[in-house]
Amino acid sequence: MTDILLIMFAITLLYMSIANRLLTYIRLLVLQGFLLFGVTFLALNQINVANLVLILLETVIFKALIVPIFLNHVIKKNNITRVAEPFVPNFISLIITTLILVITIVLSNSIKDTNLDKTFFVVALSTLFTGLYIITTRRKIITHVMGYLVIENGVFILSLAVGNEMPMLVNLGIMLDIFASVFILGIFFNKIGDVLQDPDVNQLRNLKD
Amino acid sequence: MISIFLPGAILISALLYFNRNKIVNYSLVIFYALFLATFAIYQAFHQNSTELGFFKSDALGVLLLLTLAIVAIFALFHGYRYIATHDESRKSRSLFFSAMTMLITATGVAYLSNHIAVTWIFVEITTLSASVLIYHHRNTQALEGVWKYVFICAISITFVFIGILFLSLSLKQTGVEDLSFDSLRDNYAQLNPFWLRLAFLFIFTGFTAKLGLVPMYTAGIDAKDKAPAPAGALFSSVLMNLGFVGIYRFYAIVARTEILPWANTIILIAAFLSVFVATVYMTRIKNIKRMFAYSGIEHMGLVMLGLAAGGIGVYAAILHIVLHAFVKPSLFFQFNQVYRVYHSKSIYDVGNYFKYNRAGAIVLLLGFISSTAMPPSGLFVSEFLIFQSLFVSHHLIILFAVLILLTMIIWGFGSNMFKLLFTPPMIINEAKIPKISPWESLSQYLLLAFAVYLAYNPPMYFVNLIQDAVKLLPQ
Repeated sequence: MTDILLIMFAITLLYMSIANRLLTYIRLLVLQGFLLFGVTFLALNQINVANLVLILLETVIFKALIVPIFLNHVIKKNNITRVAEPFVPNFISLIITTLILVITIVLSNSIKDTNLDKTFFVVALSTLFTGLYIITTRRKIITHVMGYLVIENGVFILSLAVGNEMPMLVNLGIMLDIFASVFILGIFFNKIGDVLQDPDVNQLRNLKD
Repeated sequence: MISIFLPGAILISALLYFNRNKIVNYSLVIFYALFLATFAIYQAFHQNSTELGFFKSDALGVLLLLTLAIVAIFALFHGYRYIATHDESRKSRSLFFSAMTMLITATGVAYLSNHIAVTWIFVEITTLSASVLIYHHRNTQALEGVWKYVFICAISITFVFIGILFLSLSLKQTGVEDLSFDSLRDNYAQLNPFWLRLAFLFIFTGFTAKLGLVPMYTAGIDAKDKAPAPAGALFSSVLMNLGFVGIYRFYAIVARTEILPWANTIILIAAFLSVFVATVYMTRIKNIKRMFAYSGIEHMGLVMLGLAAGGIGVYAAILHIVLHAFVKPSLFFQFNQVYRVYHSKSIYDVGNYFKYNRAGAIVLLLGFISSTAMPPSGLFVSEFLIFQSLFVSHHLIILFAVLILLTMIIWGFGSNMFKLLFTPPMIINEAKIPKISPWESLSQYLLLAFAVYLAYNPPMYFVNLIQDAVKLLPQ
């Protein structure tokens, strides 16, 4: 069952690489939040209840509700055009994301470590690299933020892989999640909206040598 | 004493934010400076004591904490001068000092952390407080600087976290669940080399954002450019040392395992590329503050070369970061006064500084000599030892390439510096130039002289601290 959820998660990555509208990205982030909720619920069966509840709340309330609502609010408030405006055609993005998946699968098969749950490892790594890919190939700042949120989800999956032995690391991951997201989104995006009328990354290109 | 210092410092920082009375603010800052000095001296007298389970005042931590205390007290003084000469609102003044104290506290406590996750948390806090300082001026450029800094630091902090996860995977078979540096060093034989390699790669990449090394150095440059000069001085000295502490403590684990040659190759590549990037920018740069920032990249590249070369290089690397932490802030502090004269950072608008502020001009000249490591400078000693270690470890090609690059850096640095000091500027309204008291340059002289003293006539205590820090690596 965990595997099915994780594979669905990998499919959302493929969809995200060809999504055109910002709203689709937000919906995919919501879906990813719910999938992570399911994975956490099934995978972390050896940790104490209070901790589990905390992690579940983080996935559902934070990842699947607060962040997407806030992103939606930012898009409306700043009148951001609703298209993602990638630098590369969607077809190529799809191929590259598929390649990322294939390479991580090949890579994980070369690891001879019986302790490792390979599905977690493959999905986590490919989420990480897809996030980086989204950051580098999209024009708008808000899509950079979304790429960062995808990376965070990847890190979260990786932390679940060791979650039963070291629940402290999952909690640290949650701290990173909340800290970075609140910080980047909350304080920041408001400011960018206030100072710049059009939050396009091109306006943040004055500092250079 | 961390159990007193940490809550106390957070309380002071909060009070600074909420109370906006001028006298209360300044007395809190003075109190904080004394508190920090007491804390550093207390830790120096209680070496190798463990506190709260996660902190240990080992030699490296104490050495850098003492450095931090000295630099921070001067930085707070220059912060006061900065605020006084800029006619700031009460809100921005209290926010500035609140963020400064928070940054200094988080850096100092992170030095002493003996647990990789705790180090990670305090590095996050430094990012938070640094971003407040970068956004101090609240204009578009400051926003751009802080946005880039926050974004790149968020990604690199995520990388460090991924590294920690891989580290825990490499521990999975052993049954050890303690991620403290001491326990990892003791159990090095049981670490799985494959996961350790991945962990090293991610943790190293993550900490380069703080250390100022290729690939994540870019964020730091904008930060040092846009933040007020006293904050820039902290970013380019003590905060870089924090990146060094993170890498060094992890390297001490890796150095015991079979992957050491591989890790050294990674460090050598990153370090050499950093010196190269610094050379490329410093030979063509026109913004003086950014030039100082790139000079920091060059020095950190040299430090990492020394670390990877091993032998005497490790001693030299630690000596170098301490001396660099005294030299670079003095340049940033002085730059604040340069800016008050010309109101520009561009090399085209400045010049003939000797005429307008003689004491300050001598600081810049001595600072130039110091940071290019010409003989009277303290950095000469440490750079010489680093080159010696490269020679001994048979990295001759790297050694010669770095020497050529350093010559080009001296040319680039020198041509800008001498333009600033001697060539008259194109347009200047001499009536508007403020009179700057020579006393404001005193702290810079003290810092530069201290760097020379520590290099040529080091007290026994200082040498012992460095030697104990070197002993973290297997001999």
